Amino acid sequence: MSQSDWAYLSNDLIYAALALYALSFLSYTYETAFSLRANKISGDKHLDRSITTKSRKVASIVFLLATASLTLAVIARGISAERIPLGNMYEYSITGAMTFALAYLIIGLKYDLSWLGLPSSILILLILGTAITLLYRPSAPLVPALQSSWLVIHVSSAILSGGIFLLSNTVAGAYLWLDRIERKGERGEFAKRLPSLETLDQLSYRLVAFVFPLWTFAVISGAIWAEAAWGRYWGWDPKETWAFITWILYASYLHARVTAGWKGRKAAWLCLIAGSSYLFNYVYINVWGSGRHTYSGL
Amino acid sequence: MSAPELGTTSLLRFLWRQLTSMRTALILLLLLGVASIPGSIFPQRTQSPLKVREYFDDDPNGAKWLDRFYLFDVYGSPWFSAIYLLLFISLVGCVLPRSFHYFKEIFKAPPAAPSILNTMESFQVSPASLERAEAWLKKNRFRISKTSDSISAEKGYLRETGNLLFHLSLIVVLLGIAGSSVFGMRGEAIVNVGERFINTPTNYDNLTPGRFFSLESLPTFTIRVNNFSATYDRKTSQALDYELKVTTKDSLDSSEVNQIVKVNKPLTFGSTRVYLQANGYSPLVTVRDSAGIVKFEGPVPFLPQDSNLSSIGAIKVPDMEPQIGFVSSFFPTAARDEVRGGFSSFPELLDPRLLVSVWKGDLKMDDGVPQSIYRIDTTDMERIGLWALSIGESYSFEVGSITLNGVVPWVNLQVVRDPGKQYALIGSILAIVGLLISLFIRQRRIWVREVGGSLEIAGLALNKLPGLEDEIGKMIQELGDQK
Repeated sequence: MSQSDWAYLSNDLIYAALALYALSFLSYTYETAFSLRANKISGDKHLDRSITTKSRKVASIVFLLATASLTLAVIARGISAERIPLGNMYEYSITGAMTFALAYLIIGLKYDLSWLGLPSSILILLILGTAITLLYRPSAPLVPALQSSWLVIHVSSAILSGGIFLLSNTVAGAYLWLDRIERKGERGEFAKRLPSLETLDQLSYRLVAFVFPLWTFAVISGAIWAEAAWGRYWGWDPKETWAFITWILYASYLHARVTAGWKGRKAAWLCLIAGSSYLFNYVYINVWGSGRHTYSGL
Repeated sequence: MSAPELGTTSLLRFLWRQLTSMRTALILLLLLGVASIPGSIFPQRTQSPLKVREYFDDDPNGAKWLDRFYLFDVYGSPWFSAIYLLLFISLVGCVLPRSFHYFKEIFKAPPAAPSILNTMESFQVSPASLERAEAWLKKNRFRISKTSDSISAEKGYLRETGNLLFHLSLIVVLLGIAGSSVFGMRGEAIVNVGERFINTPTNYDNLTPGRFFSLESLPTFTIRVNNFSATYDRKTSQALDYELKVTTKDSLDSSEVNQIVKVNKPLTFGSTRVYLQANGYSPLVTVRDSAGIVKFEGPVPFLPQDSNLSSIGAIKVPDMEPQIGFVSSFFPTAARDEVRGGFSSFPELLDPRLLVSVWKGDLKMDDGVPQSIYRIDTTDMERIGLWALSIGESYSFEVGSITLNGVVPWVNLQVVRDPGKQYALIGSILAIVGLLISLFIRQRRIWVREVGGSLEIAGLALNKLPGLEDEIGKMIQELGDQK
């Protein structure tokens, strides 16, 4: 196969993944909507997830297939460009979506995350949809500044961190939503499928604690690379500044939890703010910002 | 002894305690994050001086006010420095006493068991004996202290070590950064292919030494630029590769070495490194007066304006009477359309043209005001000619002629001495190690008390990592198995 064949294959696989994620999203929606059983006498509804076992199974299998297709798309893109597919924002987005999906699946082996399937499939659809429509760039070789083995190390650690930060943000978001419901009264039948607040709180903390050293490493490897490519390891380039801000926010989050004993609502908000600074850095600085991290039109 | 003095001392002590509390350290850390935001919004002088100038051109008054608050020099501003200096002091004041405290603590026995265990979350009961529990805890390498009816055990002391290692390493990183800016230097020089760069202060286009860097201590290396080749994508003009071939000498009388420099492969001379940062073209021109005497000859570096290396430049000939200046543009691959006029359609030298507009009058080079080498102030001059030269062509004007003999590439070499960077790097690596230790080592206490023939067991996870309940469960199971 020629390089352009691989590029076309990659695009087709992205479209396939989009279709599959959409299907998975629909199954999850169905599962969410129809897992309430009405009491025949009183008409009250209560949660009974046994009714929708099948659609839940379909949803998760389709999610798995979609992720497989996405992973193959990322690999094909890499083959077509003869390098790691992290050279521009399009490639970064599809690889990021893949990381997010894989993290969801892997963590799902340990925790029951089927309740997170719906928001996860929406998020991935959004990322992939934006990538293929707005950010798409034909497969091309790298500019000289990016021709370094640090590209693999720096960018893949940054994106792996990003995928997991996003997952932890989703969990923290779910926490805040449920917390609101519980403050008003008891959880509705609809929200009963979600785990306890305690579990969500712990899960989002553990995700951050797990990935924070990796994010630190991403920043440091970026500094080492910058020293080799640009002659300084830290130059307050907008991307560097926001990576630093993200680092500080997550460091404060961990500190607040471990030493000041923060948990629950306050911690979830701090987690969301920290995660937003990562997203801001990715979207705003790449698209509207200036600085040395912007290459070849996105 | 008078009262006010006492007041001052206790006030200072109070302030010091406030400053070095962990709460203050955290607030300062967050503040440092917030304070670095404006630097990513407003253009910074150190990175994009041209954009700062645009601000001043567009809205002089507004820009003046922004400048008053150092918003164009955020990272060198007094308020930014104040925050990180306070943070640094706070970190030192917080971490150092803690490490002393910790050193004493590390040899201490775990604190006695609380009197009531059965209200704790991890509380469990086992029918085993106290001796057996002690044996189990010892086998699992807990540190133990005991009374007649209870044992307290603790494990995972390394966590606190990791925590301290992390914070001490941050101090090392900050010292490394400070060392670089004080004892380091950086400078830039434009060198034409075929020329030699000797590392002396006068050969730099700009040079910023650190406060304690003496210019006499510049190492005496030389770099001869033999060849520079750039390859570009035919369709998109995107650069694919830059390769610079040089011959270097570590000092004036050492042997010559041939080396290749790339964007990610700088040259190294001891603690000084030389980076390939930019490239462009220098037209080789000869200017003669009307009698045919050469008044100027040589390559003139032009400043690239876009990715196809359309460049602008100025050729100044102060030795002619009247003085002559050529306001010029250079296009490596000349093209023309109605909107843009002349421009370059590709960065390689496929069809080079030098566009010169000839001015006579006063170049104002003698009045002491520093001038851009790429521009000419033509206010007191008169235009006497305009021509587009291709290679080998000459153009005659009123008082002389100009010939384009050829074109050579130039490269911008960035010379950096950064003596603190190793410390910053070592500090960062240790910081990650410390972080991993402090986040993933479970420090926990287990208490055992004999009550009425059976054991009450409970524990505390000091850094709230899960797993303690499973561990106590396992302990009870294994104590039972031994029966």
